[in-house]
Amino acid sequence: MAMDTDAPITPANLVKQPGDDTVVSRAVTIDRPRDELYAFWRNFSNLAPLMDNVERIEVLDETRSHWVVKGPAGSDIEWDSLVTEDVPGRRIAWRAVEGADVQNSGWVEFRDAPPGRGSEVHAVIAYDAPGGMLGRLIAKLFQREPNTQTRRELLRFKQLMETGEITTSEGPRGAGRHDRGEE
Amino acid sequence: MRALTWHGKHDVRVETVDDPKIINPRDIILKITATAICGSDLHIYDSFIPSMAPGDVLGHEFMGEIVDIGSGLRGEGDNAPLKVGDRVVVPFNIACGNCRPCKTGQFSGCDNSNPADKADISEVAYGHHVAGIFGYSHMTGGYAGGQAEYVRVPYGDVGPLKVPDGLTDEQVLFLSDILPTGWMAAENCEIQAGDIVAVWGCGPVGQFAIRSAFLQGAEKVIAIDHHANRLAMAKAAGAEVLNYHEVKLREALMELTGGRGPDSCIDAVGLEAHGFAPDNVVDAAKAAVRLATDRTHALREVIMACRKGGHVSVPGVYGGVTDKFPVGAFMEKGLTMRTGQTHTQKYMKLLLDMIEAGQIDPTFVISHRLPLEDAAEGYKMFKDKQDEVTKVVLRP
Repeated sequence: MAMDTDAPITPANLVKQPGDDTVVSRAVTIDRPRDELYAFWRNFSNLAPLMDNVERIEVLDETRSHWVVKGPAGSDIEWDSLVTEDVPGRRIAWRAVEGADVQNSGWVEFRDAPPGRGSEVHAVIAYDAPGGMLGRLIAKLFQREPNTQTRRELLRFKQLMETGEITTSEGPRGAGRHDRGEE
Repeated sequence: MRALTWHGKHDVRVETVDDPKIINPRDIILKITATAICGSDLHIYDSFIPSMAPGDVLGHEFMGEIVDIGSGLRGEGDNAPLKVGDRVVVPFNIACGNCRPCKTGQFSGCDNSNPADKADISEVAYGHHVAGIFGYSHMTGGYAGGQAEYVRVPYGDVGPLKVPDGLTDEQVLFLSDILPTGWMAAENCEIQAGDIVAVWGCGPVGQFAIRSAFLQGAEKVIAIDHHANRLAMAKAAGAEVLNYHEVKLREALMELTGGRGPDSCIDAVGLEAHGFAPDNVVDAAKAAVRLATDRTHALREVIMACRKGGHVSVPGVYGGVTDKFPVGAFMEKGLTMRTGQTHTQKYMKLLLDMIEAGQIDPTFVISHRLPLEDAAEGYKMFKDKQDEVTKVVLRP
């Protein structure tokens, strides 16, 4: 179909998305050089603290990593992920290996922002969970708010790269209604 | 420790909670020596601020002594990190110092000080997430506030300002919020020689806006309120005062400005405007049934009163949406509106120097002093007796 839009917009941000995958596209600007951002991301074991639900990520070799995600009712969901494209300082693409419970793929690009404005990090992630009970559970875990999840991950990445820490407001609080046994 | 916590509309309590701990490398822990109840805390007390949870510790105006410090505070030379034992006053909003907004002085737009899971709320409500604020709902980070014996201050190497020994707590406490807020409100007017500035709302922020406008060169300041005590305070600063229960406000402002209208108008009222103007009653009714949240009567008046090409400055807090915004008057008169949470960190040192030099003495706004244990009574008093209470200072 012919389109008037000629700005470089990822399919995830078009009104009509192709295919049935859940696709998320999100960008964040980080005030650090892109080589530094790329290097941090390329070591996948660095990413677990940025992510909701991800218990650990083990780097197996140059291209393979093993992902362990906290599943419902204490069960873990695990899969291997494969780097399919690697352009140092610029782009990393990956997908889960054939037969994974959660078929997912994605890419992240590191681009120069306008002069003096740091680097732009663009991420696109697609999830495709199988049918059945497990599929529904996984779908719930991964796809209920995939936009929210990606937004949080990229914000934590920015916080860590810019400030050296992941911001938290964990701290003292008084007894809430729940604690007092009230409804 | 003891802390003042929120439990619902007009329900705050002093209770025992856990002590705060260092979590991140750039944290500091402060033993509070003085803290205050802010007019904007009353918006929480009145349940106008969404995303509060029972048990939240309130308070964003505080100072104290550093008792613990993280392992990774940044800075060197003149910006060398603070040390245990230092006496500091802390800005109400939290800023990382490293993101572009912070580096360009727009501290209240800090990209990083709102935790990722809390940032969702304002991302949805406002299109972008807002910065963290102490003790001011989960939308602004869900941080425990400083109406307590101790508080954790994240990015302790950015905001807290060391206070010289010669100054008392009460002289510097308001560097945390209302003094810089009044100063920035005046600065947003871009005051030129000969300018007349009108200030709606003579609470503490209005009072500091009045004094700041004079210090920034205003020819005349007109102060508007309906509480005699607050108008008297404004008069003491040299303002001409108007009680809006006694005068036709727009007509009076036109008379006092030779038919031009004020060059700049400051809305230091915010989302809980008083009075029985028709639009206010409608706004209040809608708020009661959750159709709208903000009463914007003051803002409407400001826009109607301001001269053509003038400046509208909005330090008053708004959080939701409004209707009947006089967009025609705003556009056709070519007004400039500037607003925002205060870039507190940008102004604290300048204002501290002015306090030391005797150019400003912020202690005049204090009307009541209470122990922290009586903080709940302080809220009630501040809410019910605005004709007597201007500022309550609490001491743990």
